[in-house]
Amino acid sequence: MNAVTPAGRPGSPTRALVVWCPDWPVTAAEIIDGVPATGPVAVLHVNRVVACSAAARADGVHPGLRRREAQSRCPGLTVLDHDPARDARAFEPVVAAIEQVVAGVEVHRPGACAVAARGPARYFGGEEAAAEQIVEHVAQACEVESQVGVADGFFAAGLAARTGRIVPPGDSRTFLAGLPLRVLGRPELAGLLRRLGLRTLGDFAALPARDVLARFGPDAALAHRLAAGRDEQPFTPRQPPPELSVTADYDEPLDRVDAAAFAARALAEQLHDQLSGYGLACTRVGIEAVTAHGQELHRVWRHDGMLTAAAITDRLRWQLDGWLTGAAARRPGAGTAAAPPAPTAGIVRLRLVPDGVLARVALQPGLWGEIGEEDARARRALTRVQGLLGPDAVVTAVLGGGRSPVDQVRLVPWGDERVPARPGQPPWPGRLPPPAPAVVLPAPLPAEVYDAAGEPVTVSARLVVSAAPARVAVGTGAPVDVIGWAGPWPLDERWWAPAEARRRARFQVALADGSALLIARTDGRWVVEAVYD
Amino acid sequence: MAGRMVAGTAALSAVAAANLVRPASALAGGAGSAATAGTPDPTGLPGSAGIDQVLPVPTMLTGLLPGRGLRRGSTVNVLPHRSARLGATSLLLALLAEASRAGLWCAVVGVPALGVTAAAELGIALDRLALVPNPGPDWPAVVAALIDGVDVVVVAAPAAVTAQVTGRLAARARQRGCVLVPCGRWDAPDVTLQVVNGRWEGLGPGRGRLRRREMVVSARGRGALNRPREIRIWLPGGPPPAAAAPATGIIRRARRAELTLVRRG
Repeated sequence: MNAVTPAGRPGSPTRALVVWCPDWPVTAAEIIDGVPATGPVAVLHVNRVVACSAAARADGVHPGLRRREAQSRCPGLTVLDHDPARDARAFEPVVAAIEQVVAGVEVHRPGACAVAARGPARYFGGEEAAAEQIVEHVAQACEVESQVGVADGFFAAGLAARTGRIVPPGDSRTFLAGLPLRVLGRPELAGLLRRLGLRTLGDFAALPARDVLARFGPDAALAHRLAAGRDEQPFTPRQPPPELSVTADYDEPLDRVDAAAFAARALAEQLHDQLSGYGLACTRVGIEAVTAHGQELHRVWRHDGMLTAAAITDRLRWQLDGWLTGAAARRPGAGTAAAPPAPTAGIVRLRLVPDGVLARVALQPGLWGEIGEEDARARRALTRVQGLLGPDAVVTAVLGGGRSPVDQVRLVPWGDERVPARPGQPPWPGRLPPPAPAVVLPAPLPAEVYDAAGEPVTVSARLVVSAAPARVAVGTGAPVDVIGWAGPWPLDERWWAPAEARRRARFQVALADGSALLIARTDGRWVVEAVYD
Repeated sequence: MAGRMVAGTAALSAVAAANLVRPASALAGGAGSAATAGTPDPTGLPGSAGIDQVLPVPTMLTGLLPGRGLRRGSTVNVLPHRSARLGATSLLLALLAEASRAGLWCAVVGVPALGVTAAAELGIALDRLALVPNPGPDWPAVVAALIDGVDVVVVAAPAAVTAQVTGRLAARARQRGCVLVPCGRWDAPDVTLQVVNGRWEGLGPGRGRLRRREMVVSARGRGALNRPREIRIWLPGGPPPAAAAPATGIIRRARRAELTLVRRG
């Protein structure tokens, strides 16, 4: 039974099994982008071929070739850009498929991953049987061609996988000795050694290790150890990402708030226990519900502290309350756009998805009670209103830079990070002097401005006011005498972006009835921007 | 203004306020500051959310309100002037400013046009100011939820309010120790503040800029306010310094206006 490697002395290479998918960048392009890998395909990075399909290889394309050269050898070549993210994304299902067969997979790079051979070999009754199982399962699950190599040490196993060999235990050194130097993956070192008359790994391994270190440096010393089959790279299997979301199914649909609240409590505690078991906490939690009619409701709750079990319970209960009772209350009135869709039946499945997961140590309550009892009470109340109206209905304002009162303010949904829309630090010449208007109209009101003779006042392109404003009429109201005015204060913003460009001349006017307005002349019209109420 | 002047300058009222009203910052600071201050606390126990507690307001407004501040559990109605916009919103923001600065929470419901920059200039902490611009048809439920947790709730009732709804919300505010500040018509508030008169300073014909507003605010209500009071305030900031006042007519008015509290007899 050659499958089992004795737990040898420390430093002896692990018996390793490497799964290798040939031409992975080409295969990944087929999986993700749908480029058929059967035709001549080459993946290029900075004008050099990185990988090519078998058809392209048959025409003489090989890695390292220039684009022009590759296209001249194979005129029908499909050329793709190298995208490591695409390779990794396509490889993820393959790793998942291998994990279904064997445990503890270590991904070397997209297209190659390794497992310790000992366990699978024992389980499947031999390394060959294990290799067959893996190749078979990967082919069935992902329709991906793969090869398996087994040897002592991951380096040797990776090379064995190129030819699909199973190197018997102890033979790895011999196996490596016949291989050319370029398999080390160090072109400079390989070139140097070739000029010194060394052709194979065996030649290189025969050099004294001390001299290699002294002459070529530590990286070459590592390559020397690999070439000699002394691969002591520790095995670091991938930790499959833990599944953190919790789901509960209910045979009896939840259509009453009290029943839902009871269910919510159990589910929230389950989520919290699971998170704290991993030493994690979440700052957002997504609540998903499926009703008996198959309707799916989803809402993400944010929190700017750590979500405790009670906080998760509260949010879940409020959300269910909002969904179940809001449905009845909202139907007669015209539903606002922000209102969540109302469920038409009881809830049969609940799922809590933690989001914004971070290590628990990152969140600590304030030492001097920055978040006190009053704050907690206010936060609860505001979150409750969010449950009634939707998360965007409760906002806090952040002041930033900008020239008009509307621009300076950004309204952030409660619980979100308070970041201004524009930086306040570079000065904004042309911003209005304080005091700021207490009423900023969301949509400007049309107005008319007349001079003493009753003629409309205009402002020319050179900011010449035709006459002193004497009367202002807002909307359809009666004209009111002007007792003081100042302006025009020109504002010509973002002229380089036609969609956002604004050009206006602003005036402050004080009226005889005691009020004061911020009015502006824009596009040949007068508008009221804000009221100094 | 055909009234009898009874109280002194703004400076005097500031001293009075310091003696009579404990700012909530002292309350938040805990019992230690109360002990070191050594003065009797007429407004309630430190830290207790009792009905007797009074939230601080800027000194210029102390003369308007019974207890010289916003009494927890009370309803303070702010009415705009009948015809013109003479500063009701600024008055509203000024009422919140001191409480917000002292670490309390405020919420404004149903005012989509609120000038947040003005609120910040008047001293309101924006991270403790929650806005619900569009509460929708179910606004009483929203206000009730806010009353449970927020110290000062400003409501602009979107539609005509029934006495039943106002009564219910006022009772809830009384029970929870929250100050309810409705603007617009409201039935049976404890205090009604109304801007009677207003005038802006700083703007001439084609020059200057708006600097401050002088406004006359009347207060009427129950108890001590059975006889309505009127007071003259300047927003933002206090009364104009006589030296900085520009033209002649204004100087005369400013000097005459040193006596701030006016009671209409």
